Amino acid sequence: MNELLWTYVGWPLLKILVILLALVLLAAYLSWFERKLLAYMQIRLGPNRVGPKGWLQPIADALKLFVKEDLTPGFAEKFVFLLGPVLIIVPALVVFSVIPFGPSPHLFITDVNIGVLFILAVSSIGVYGIILGGWASNNKFSLMGGLRSAAQMISYEVPMGFSVVTVLILAKSLSLVRIVEAQKQAGLWFVFPGFVAFLVYFICGVAETNRNPFDLPEAESELVAGYHTEYSGMKFAFYFLAEYANMVVVSSLATVMFFGGWLRPFPNVSALAFLDVIPPLVWFLLKVAFFLFLYIWFRGTFPRYRFDQLMGIGWKVLLPVSLVNLLVVAYFVSLPGGQV
Amino acid sequence: MATREARSAAVRQAFPDENLVRELPGGDQQTFVVDRKVLWDFAKHLKEHPDLNFDLLLDICGVDWWGKREPRFDAVYHLYSLRHGHRLRIKVPVAEEDPVVPSVYGLWKAADWFEREAYDMFGIRFSGHPNLRRILTHDSFQGHPLRKDYDPGQRWLLREEEQYVPQWAKIPQEDEDHFETQVLNLGPAHPATHGTLRTVVRLDGEVITEAETEIGYLHRCFEKMSERHTWNQVIPYTDRLNYCSSMINGVGYALTVENMLGIEAPPRAQVVRVILSELSRIMDHIVDIGANLTDLGAMTPFLYLYQAREEIYSLLEACSGGRLTVSYVRIGGLAEDVPPDFADAVRYLLRRIPPLVDDMERLITENRIFRERTEGIGKISAEEAINWGWTGPCLRACGVAYDVRKAHPYLGYDGYDFKVPIAHTGDTYARYLVRVEEMRQSLRIVEQALANLPDGPIIVENHHVALPPKARVYTEMESLIYHFKLIMEGMKVPAGEYYGYVEGANGELGFYAISDGGGKPYRLKVRPPCFAIFQAYPHMLKGHLVADSVAILGSLNIIAGELDR
Repeated sequence: MNELLWTYVGWPLLKILVILLALVLLAAYLSWFERKLLAYMQIRLGPNRVGPKGWLQPIADALKLFVKEDLTPGFAEKFVFLLGPVLIIVPALVVFSVIPFGPSPHLFITDVNIGVLFILAVSSIGVYGIILGGWASNNKFSLMGGLRSAAQMISYEVPMGFSVVTVLILAKSLSLVRIVEAQKQAGLWFVFPGFVAFLVYFICGVAETNRNPFDLPEAESELVAGYHTEYSGMKFAFYFLAEYANMVVVSSLATVMFFGGWLRPFPNVSALAFLDVIPPLVWFLLKVAFFLFLYIWFRGTFPRYRFDQLMGIGWKVLLPVSLVNLLVVAYFVSLPGGQV
Repeated sequence: MATREARSAAVRQAFPDENLVRELPGGDQQTFVVDRKVLWDFAKHLKEHPDLNFDLLLDICGVDWWGKREPRFDAVYHLYSLRHGHRLRIKVPVAEEDPVVPSVYGLWKAADWFEREAYDMFGIRFSGHPNLRRILTHDSFQGHPLRKDYDPGQRWLLREEEQYVPQWAKIPQEDEDHFETQVLNLGPAHPATHGTLRTVVRLDGEVITEAETEIGYLHRCFEKMSERHTWNQVIPYTDRLNYCSSMINGVGYALTVENMLGIEAPPRAQVVRVILSELSRIMDHIVDIGANLTDLGAMTPFLYLYQAREEIYSLLEACSGGRLTVSYVRIGGLAEDVPPDFADAVRYLLRRIPPLVDDMERLITENRIFRERTEGIGKISAEEAINWGWTGPCLRACGVAYDVRKAHPYLGYDGYDFKVPIAHTGDTYARYLVRVEEMRQSLRIVEQALANLPDGPIIVENHHVALPPKARVYTEMESLIYHFKLIMEGMKVPAGEYYGYVEGANGELGFYAISDGGGKPYRLKVRPPCFAIFQAYPHMLKGHLVADSVAILGSLNIIAGELDR
């Protein structure tokens, strides 16, 4: 009985707690990483006052947001205003339950056989958080930000879905663990057969997380702060945290689906076996860190697209490209012996 | 190029009656006193006659001769012909009892805001003006502040509910799909306004269908204050006009007064003025391009350029002690000599700035997103731009190569080898390209000026104008008296008027000064370049998206300090 309790309650709860804490810390430190990295790209120093080299800056920021007065504007729709941050943070954290960080059964919370579908479904709920938050603020700028965001996330969901289907065809499974194992069997990361799908996926991922050059919903110079203009304190922190958590999700998914998850490069070339000294979890984190770096690099490089241009790219470029790519990959896989 | 006599003849031929149109003898530029009855016809003749062809209306201002002359007011127009390169001034006497002048808005759209300003400041009404409201002061303001009998101690309170809302914004409107359009206030507190400007727009989705701008939030009565200060004391106020390139304002003002006095600054002062003016121009373009790019979401190039700006500020600080507002120019020269390592510091800048500009260009100039965001956005034709009274980089981006430094050289600009960059499309991208190239040309001027930096005094020896050295003030009776007279009464500028102009960072910066022979300006009018440029802004917005409004605003380089004075 005791053992059952441990297997079905204690151990999963412990894992959830550890992953949740790690994730929240990661998101907080991602903001530090971003500020520091951007600073070095822009010939300045970045945060360097709180703790050695500014290491405690995220903690100080979090404390500040905790103790700040939590304002609700008088003209806001109170309940929905409160619901917005909840709707965005919960899906962002829940999707981590199916992401495999490593091979052993202890390095993921659960392996669902419809993992990819689960992620796509749950993360889409986040749109409600943004659009409801923007609407409930009763502010024109927030509303415009919320609408932009909803339009953007929905249109980019489509090409993203098609590029994910490419991976599913290659892996013949919806389980994220199985996708990685399929890459191990094939001895090849799926980024090589599915390079186009990867590009489409990552561009859509950047757009879905509302990051530069697609950061229109919070385009500061036009919409003040977009959908979270009226939010302050912890409610704002939730939006902030969710944005960074979503970046981690998109990067993790890119790692799992295209870059072999926890596998080392070229997993069945035995000449590279010495790379196995690095534990799988570290491989995974390194790859995720690389994508996060890309995010920040984009921000340091690109100007922002205009809203109509952004929608144009989504519907007129990415959608056809991902469709054609899907057909081509499907054709090759369906050839006799077309196993990747 | 027609001579002054030819122009007189061209005018005389059409307006033979001396009582209606009278030419004043002498003066700094050709001046006609025109009766308001024929002003419209006279202006039309000036604009359309091939030998006159005054296509650019530079400035309209009022002058109050309270207790000195009847009729009490003058409405003064400054005109320029881009084709012939000549200038002309019109004065229209206006009586206090019936202060009405026909509007020339139908001839030059530039008259729009300048006439509103003259109305606001003097109460001169322009009949036929489409929207004659106050512009620099608010709607609850009583009286006309630049009239000589206005008591500056009065205070007028503007309540929130009295704030101006355009008439069209009060009426709800539906678009063709019967959705209600929304009215949005961009500013005065909005991240993209860079200062305090307010634009009210009507949005159909995100497309702007109607727009109106409201300015004056930064009005500091520069012109009124100038009348209460001695000629030299005005200089710190000029720094606050275009505060991104404060040196150029000071130089422009000092040149105006020096011309009235008939003196010239010593060669060393002139060269230092050129070097610091050109560096200030670079700074101004840096601020404009940098802010424009940040508004478009590109933060990195902004910080690259600001690195260069910081270094220029350090040089200005070493020279004058101030970074933003330098107060370095004095009438007749400069406040102090440059520090001994000046040449090395400038040489360092000449090495340091080009790579930073190159880095910025590599990131942006051919960037696809940037080009898509700016090409064809905020497009204006050369005719329209001239009609609105545009000058400077924004006009040059429409293909009109008018630069005061080339057309009417001052401070020895004719001795420097530099080019006036132009572009032809007149859009936001063209304005960006012109500014980038101007930065490089300015560096060339600085390089040449530095090579010929002469030794010698930095201010004139004439102690009716310049303060004697402090050591002599303490030891010599005569110097003490000069010092006392200059500080207590100010220098005596001969009675008369003068319109001085330099190439400011965003166009022709004019100072129209009138002296009555006293120690203080009788009237000082600034012709701020971005005032003329900004009045076209609401008209350029129509049909663009909200995101474009930010891009256009950034590319026009609107400096509220200069706009509102």
